[in-house]
Amino acid sequence: MFREHELHKRRFGRNMGLGIVLAVFVALVFGLTVVKVTEIGEKDGFQGVTGTAVLPGEATR
Amino acid sequence: MSDINSFEGTGDAGFNDYFSLLKPRVMSLVVFTAMVGLLVAPVGVHPLVALASILFIALGGGASGALNMWWDADIDAVMKRTQSRPIPGGRIAPGEALGFGLALSGISVMMLGLAANWFSAAFLAFTIFFYVVIYSMWLKRTTPQNIVIGGAAGAFPPMIGWAVATGGVSVESVLMFALIFMWTPPHFWALALFMKSDYSAAKVPMLTVTHGRKSTRKHILVYTLLLAPVAIGAGFTSIGGPIYVAVAVVLNAMFIWGAWRIVRREEAEAEADGYKVEKKVFAFSLMYLFLHFGAFLAEAALKPWGLGGW
Repeated sequence: MFREHELHKRRFGRNMGLGIVLAVFVALVFGLTVVKVTEIGEKDGFQGVTGTAVLPGEATR
Repeated sequence: MSDINSFEGTGDAGFNDYFSLLKPRVMSLVVFTAMVGLLVAPVGVHPLVALASILFIALGGGASGALNMWWDADIDAVMKRTQSRPIPGGRIAPGEALGFGLALSGISVMMLGLAANWFSAAFLAFTIFFYVVIYSMWLKRTTPQNIVIGGAAGAFPPMIGWAVATGGVSVESVLMFALIFMWTPPHFWALALFMKSDYSAAKVPMLTVTHGRKSTRKHILVYTLLLAPVAIGAGFTSIGGPIYVAVAVVLNAMFIWGAWRIVRREEAEAEADGYKVEKKVFAFSLMYLFLHFGAFLAEAALKPWGLGGW
């Protein structure tokens, strides 16, 4: 029968805590990325590709 | 740090031990004051950016706490109040705490820069440097004025919060800094009055040890008198208002009254009643700061209804 090593038992809380912290960090970075991208879009009058609302030469057409 | 090899970690540290390296109590003050600094600023911030910024400021504060515990492990081992901290308790090795603190410092500064702006990130980096190098490594063991100048590190968070929103510094953020800066000495000296034996044993030149208790009592009164105009004056800027001024006047009158009672007491009298007044003033000083920043927040929260501010 498989018996869990005593070391794993002792470190379970620490590993679980670290796992939760990393998951929250990833979620936070993802959320921040969404907010930043949306804000850039709003600023540039997003039209598909940021900063290319009017290409050179197109304005005179 | 006296002898880095005198503490050896057992490697059995739990998640809580790493968390306690971040000095969660100090962190809660950092979170609260930084949050107020951010929320009372005249520029709006996206809620997620605000939340992330507060978290990274708190993480930076925690990182400096871990670096402070690494450097001060020898002092912590002597003082009763700090003997069970993870390094003197033998649960975390000093080198591990150093690596942990440095890594979190880097992460918090970089992430704050990316989430908010690089001015606030630079400010956070400076705060960590100030607390670890200027306060912990230099002033704490050399001068009885350690608390006065070192207190600046704890006073920066509302300025960083303000910088997250505005990208700069203004008279309002400087006054929030000054409020905590002037509050720190009487707050800690009240604590030192009933913790004297601990600081003496650790050979930390607290004012109580170098200048005696009578002089410390006078210093407490002088600082509370100097603090009052700063605290009340902040109420006449754009972040203040009638509610804040009323709260500040009452709280400062009470703080000065407490300091006056401390000055009038003889040492024998204080010892006889177990430093009752000193402990009371120390507890009140915590409430004092919380209510001042709470009043700033109330003024900002009431503004949309035309009630807060001037």
